[in-house]
Amino acid sequence: MVEVAFFAGAIGAIGGAIAVIALRNPFYSVLALIVHLTSLAGLFLLLYAEFIAAAQIVVYAGAVMVLYLFVSAYVGAAEEPLWETIPGQRLLAPVLAGALFIEVSVAVVGTSLQAVESEGPTVQAGFGSPGSIGKLLLERFLVAFEAASLLLLIAAVGAIVLAARKRERKRTPEVAA
Amino acid sequence: MDVTWYIVLSALLFAIGAGGVLIRRSPLVILLCLELMLNAGNLALVAFSRSSGNEEGQVFALIVMVVAACEVVVGLGLIVAMFRRRIPLNVDDIRELRG
Repeated sequence: MVEVAFFAGAIGAIGGAIAVIALRNPFYSVLALIVHLTSLAGLFLLLYAEFIAAAQIVVYAGAVMVLYLFVSAYVGAAEEPLWETIPGQRLLAPVLAGALFIEVSVAVVGTSLQAVESEGPTVQAGFGSPGSIGKLLLERFLVAFEAASLLLLIAAVGAIVLAARKRERKRTPEVAA
Repeated sequence: MDVTWYIVLSALLFAIGAGGVLIRRSPLVILLCLELMLNAGNLALVAFSRSSGNEEGQVFALIVMVVAACEVVVGLGLIVAMFRRRIPLNVDDIRELRG
């Protein structure tokens, strides 16, 4: 049963990822990324990461993707040029990506970490639940938590500064002095 | 299911994302491919957290999600600003900083 769920999630994740880079219209790419993120949330559930899975759906597949959808609808489909700026780029890039995959896989499969080759230890109830994650965030990783909130604030301000329409300075009508 | 399966899947997803960054030329799709790579990293973190049996990897994954959200906000702000100033949305045409 676990195998079936894993392969269903894996096929969804890989299919979504390939669709993201293969579809020509960015709007459809964003929709494919939502499929990818949802299947990834299923995989997180299989790994006993309930809270991460829920956050993935609500924050990522929900809020962040809506942002993407709005921007891609606003910008529209920019046509990509058919010629290659670097000769052989379209041919070379998949080869390099395949080489990267093989390299990382060799590193993972050939690792001497014993724990990776098992299902992992049996975990107590409540592993990955919001309560225990929140406890870790507010005790052991409090500094990281606060830094993350500061980073979010800076990013929000930065986005407003970047994207805000420059208010055109209205030429002040000459005042009859 | 061995945790190895998850790690190999995450390596595959990361490679797909990296290939997308190399192939596509639209900054919006390149941002999407960055999301793919960050999520592959998240999957690896959660899988390692499962294999070692403690939850700290999941906290890392959560922080990665926060960083990804920041990156998205700033990146989309840049794209909107480029669109407003009629700069072509193609990473090959943006070469003002080239030496």
